[in-house]
Amino acid sequence: MSSSKSRMAGIVIIGAGECGIRAAFAARDAGYEGAITVVGDEQTLPYERPPLSKPDASGAVEKPITSPEILSEKAIDLKCGVSATAIVRNAHEVSLSDGGLLAYDRLLLATGARSRTLTCPGGDRAQVLRTIKDANAIYAAAENATKVVIVGAGLIGLELAAELRTRGLHITVVEAGPRPLGRNVPERLATRLAAKHQEEGVSILCGVHIASCTDRGVELEDGRFLQADLVIAAVGVVPNDELARSTGLTVENGIRVDGQLMTDDPLIYAAGDCAAVRTSEGNYRRYETWQNAQAQGEVAGRNLGGGDASFDVPVWFWSDQYDLGLQGVGDTSGNPTVIRVLGDGAEILFFLDDIGALAGAAGLGRGNAVAKDIKIAQRLIGARVDAGLLSDPAHNLKKLLRAA
Amino acid sequence: MAEWIDACATDDIDEEDLIRFDHGDRTFAIYRSPNDEFFCTDGLCTHEQVHLEDGLVMDYVIECPKHNGQFDYRTGEAKRAPVCANLGTYPVKVEGDRVFVEI
Repeated sequence: MSSSKSRMAGIVIIGAGECGIRAAFAARDAGYEGAITVVGDEQTLPYERPPLSKPDASGAVEKPITSPEILSEKAIDLKCGVSATAIVRNAHEVSLSDGGLLAYDRLLLATGARSRTLTCPGGDRAQVLRTIKDANAIYAAAENATKVVIVGAGLIGLELAAELRTRGLHITVVEAGPRPLGRNVPERLATRLAAKHQEEGVSILCGVHIASCTDRGVELEDGRFLQADLVIAAVGVVPNDELARSTGLTVENGIRVDGQLMTDDPLIYAAGDCAAVRTSEGNYRRYETWQNAQAQGEVAGRNLGGGDASFDVPVWFWSDQYDLGLQGVGDTSGNPTVIRVLGDGAEILFFLDDIGALAGAAGLGRGNAVAKDIKIAQRLIGARVDAGLLSDPAHNLKKLLRAA
Repeated sequence: MAEWIDACATDDIDEEDLIRFDHGDRTFAIYRSPNDEFFCTDGLCTHEQVHLEDGLVMDYVIECPKHNGQFDYRTGEAKRAPVCANLGTYPVKVEGDRVFVEI
């Protein structure tokens, strides 16, 4: 293939979720003038996933990320309802499920993740929540249900518990781990959220395992039986890395990429839920947040267009349950160094590293009460901060930002 | 028809911050810039109708408290995803220690 021909092939992006679309926009905004093609296996226009656990009265809210007009204005070609079946690296081509072939100069894998399913007998009876179709199936089933068992007390499980409880359903959440939200929410805030669920009438059982799912409910390994007319599995996600693996790229719980989001093949990048990014310590980490999908999409998009951007944004997340808003940024593992108590039950936990630099922060309060301080914390990550000032709610954190 | 409304005192808003201002059935955000200028925009983010009152003001940018969309509050221009529609803006004048908005 001649180089002029290959230059005309342009950028191909596999996956039309938040990450893939942000990447396409970022490549264009960075001045890339070649063709940009995005391939997505869902039939609809790309949509935001966070609203799927926050339906309105008529069901899941489908909120498009973009419109045909914007795509056309940016000359981005979106192929919906098509998946990539193989990457032929030596020909720089992707084969598609509709029989087509797409040549690429640079390729981005933004294939996302899929819901993990229950492996116990009858596990396929449990609904999962990942797509607009999943969401509509859950809310339609909830219309006729009275008792719901949610497997998994992570953010998605508890957001669904709050939503379905608010509709008056009887909810039991079962969690294999020792506490709810054990993976990514500091224990102090997780305990408060769990208490709120209990106050609202949701039962949360921790340290229990599912033996089987039947049409009448869920049998636990300890012999108890929980009646349910709707079972939801919210037990995390599995990265969609098979396409990368089958073409010989390094894959281990995600597609391995360096700080520029490049795989072992310099023409192929990966970003978002499917990517395991090399950290400065030399480990690989996969992030599953909406903001990460955007941030990595933007980095990958710039690099696809010939740039040299690095991913180093501290990852941020939020969750809304009942009237409470949770937000976290950066590394919030271990015990908080200092707690900032705001009014009306709102508080922010700050996590400092051993040299006194801010590693992460997480906050919980009514509505958006913690939002401003978490945003400032995001900008302070890596800076040395005075713990005494962090703990003083009368001290405006912006002053630390100016000093940092 | 737009008219000038006495919205707040200048001291009601910290420097480089905003407050919420409700008038009739409409809601607004009034900003005080780091250079002691005042501006007024619609109160709700154009992305998911979250009120901007709990958002962070940095320089001339307001960041939505929920999904981090950003606007230039002088012009209402959407600056960062996920927002793509601009905020409406409204004329502001200061008389003595009072802030008036034309809404």
